[in-house]
Amino acid sequence: MTRTFVTKAILALGVSAIALPAFAQELSFWSWRQEDRAAYEQFIDTFEAANPGITVNFQTFEAANYNTILSTALAGGTGPDVMMVRAYGGLENVASAGYLEPLSTETIPALADFAAPALAAESVRSDGTLYAVPFASQTQLVIYNKAIFDANGIEEPQTWEELKALSQKLKDAGVIPFANGTATAWQNETVTFGLGSSLMGKDFYEGLMSGDADFTDERFTNAIGEVAALAADYFPDGFIGLDYPSAQQLFSSGMAAMFVGGSYELATFRSQNPSIELGMFAAPGATAEDDKLVGLYFDGGYAANAAGANKEASIKFLNYLASLEFGQAFANTLNNISTVPGVTFDNPLLAEVAELNQSSIPYLMLAHFRYGEPSGSVLIQGEMQKLFAGQTTPEAIGEALTTGLSAWYEPFKN
Amino acid sequence: MPKLRMTGRGLWITLLIVPPMAFVALFIVYPILLAFAYAFFDWQGLRRGDFVWLENFHTVLFVEPYRSWTLNAFKNNVIVFFALMVLQNGLGFLLAYALWREMPGARFHRIAVFLPVVLSTIIVAYLFKLFYHPLFGVINISLRSIGMGWLAQPWLGQGNTALWGLIAAQAWHMVGFPTLVFLAGMQRIPGEILDAVRMETESEWVKITKIVWPLVAPSATIVFTLLFVGAFNWFELPYIMAGLDGSPFGSTDVLGLYFYRTAFGNVSAGQQDFGLGSALAVLIFIFIAIFATTLTIRLRRREIQL
Repeated sequence: MTRTFVTKAILALGVSAIALPAFAQELSFWSWRQEDRAAYEQFIDTFEAANPGITVNFQTFEAANYNTILSTALAGGTGPDVMMVRAYGGLENVASAGYLEPLSTETIPALADFAAPALAAESVRSDGTLYAVPFASQTQLVIYNKAIFDANGIEEPQTWEELKALSQKLKDAGVIPFANGTATAWQNETVTFGLGSSLMGKDFYEGLMSGDADFTDERFTNAIGEVAALAADYFPDGFIGLDYPSAQQLFSSGMAAMFVGGSYELATFRSQNPSIELGMFAAPGATAEDDKLVGLYFDGGYAANAAGANKEASIKFLNYLASLEFGQAFANTLNNISTVPGVTFDNPLLAEVAELNQSSIPYLMLAHFRYGEPSGSVLIQGEMQKLFAGQTTPEAIGEALTTGLSAWYEPFKN
Repeated sequence: MPKLRMTGRGLWITLLIVPPMAFVALFIVYPILLAFAYAFFDWQGLRRGDFVWLENFHTVLFVEPYRSWTLNAFKNNVIVFFALMVLQNGLGFLLAYALWREMPGARFHRIAVFLPVVLSTIIVAYLFKLFYHPLFGVINISLRSIGMGWLAQPWLGQGNTALWGLIAAQAWHMVGFPTLVFLAGMQRIPGEILDAVRMETESEWVKITKIVWPLVAPSATIVFTLLFVGAFNWFELPYIMAGLDGSPFGSTDVLGLYFYRTAFGNVSAGQQDFGLGSALAVLIFIFIAIFATTLTIRLRRREIQL
């Protein structure tokens, strides 16, 4: 009796000692989305239920310093198994140091159907190696308060002139047309491309990419000139001293009718004012025939640690994060535009964003000019602040951008 | 001198000294040395590359765009230093004198002047951001209500007012500190000296310039040096009120923000570069060390021993 018990105990111990590493793999998963914790815990439960033996431990860090914390941990060998990484230049910071596991359709078959710009956002430019499964896209457009538009008998504008006319109508009615302020540096970039993408046009974008055009191009300088003129007339008084949170409040409180911003604002406005009815449109071009373009970019992706101990389980988890099942849950719970192909949107606002995304150009500076110093974003933000304050001209900005970027952007180097 | 045996008192002293020494070595000396070392390497993100001698220093000082960023941030630090010298230390001295002369309400004001110093920088920064708000800020609303609306400004959005807005907030926040130090210095002035002066003159101006100011020289040394170090390490207030970019267009950029952006990157910037960041940190450190030492030595020389 005693002997059998001892034997059984030893056997059990032995079995569990062998079985433990094989079955109970614990993955650490890092993110900067503290506010999405509950949703991610749910996604993880779904994954764990389908993959017994793998547990995922979700940890979040402060968004502003996330890249620093992550890179430091990876450099010190204490990085997570799976992590959220930024896109574009922010991805390269981490990926070029060799800390991330390269991904391909062999390890993650679902990636084959992803949109090319989404995958490009999570690849390193030098050799095109993909390092992360992209998770969401964001769109820069004009969001408006439907009740205010209805009360003033206003329709979505088809031309830039119509946009100006409706703004004037709102102003005459005592409503602030646009809520935006530009004291917060990055808001200048949002305003510039959220309003100006259609004025710049697809031709300009393609010329810029092929090297035929630079920022001194009239299509670009005219566009930013128009944006600045619109802002001078229809942004709040003293908007150059108005910071981002105040601008959001102006809009969600109903004091202003429109907000130039990202699709990420939709959720914020809804939570600040649950009764607000939102609409959105792509800022129009000069004529009604011009393509109405939104600025589109990708937020980030999920990557695996190249030096992680549980790589097999990490890849399994990444496969789940690239699946339609996850993409759909992601879109439904987090109200974000999932990059997973085939996802449908219950939320009518998201469906509308997805619709507008059909006609887009990339959010220019983030997608192409954040790979060196000075970055296009830093330049355009400072230069637009000068333009709004009347201290520079659109032509001078074109020069400043082109010469500034020529420090590292090869096509501008002559 | 008796041999320090590892028993009794010797052991006791060792036990007390080692932990703080180790702490200082680990958390202060080691990081400084590390930053020195980092500054001599090329970095790709956080991966250390080749040893590049002084190239990082050369880049931040002489290569565009870093050169103009460095100069702009340094220029702003210099403005901040001199402005605070007047607004914070100068005003502090006058306040201290008024408190020391026990003018009416001195007891209340002694506390009132020092109270903001106790507040967290975050609170002060948010408070002043609200004051400066272009639409709802108390400053613009007050100006409008007394019919001077033409003076209302988007304070933090203009190149020529933003930095001064921050300086005013900083001076309001910290003016109590030099006041307190000067007051302590004044209270140490022996009564006989003051009685002797009173025989000669009743002029407050003579008293301040000939007696009080020379005799509070040790206090001046302290507050001047601390202000110098503080002004060139300025970070929290501009970070909260204007953001990492020194918005608008670099007019509130200071070396602290610039260093942080370069080393750790920010959302809008390109690559993060530890090498350049460390080089900047080393330059700031050396500059502060040399100037603070010179300043202290020179100011010490004019102190009078009573």
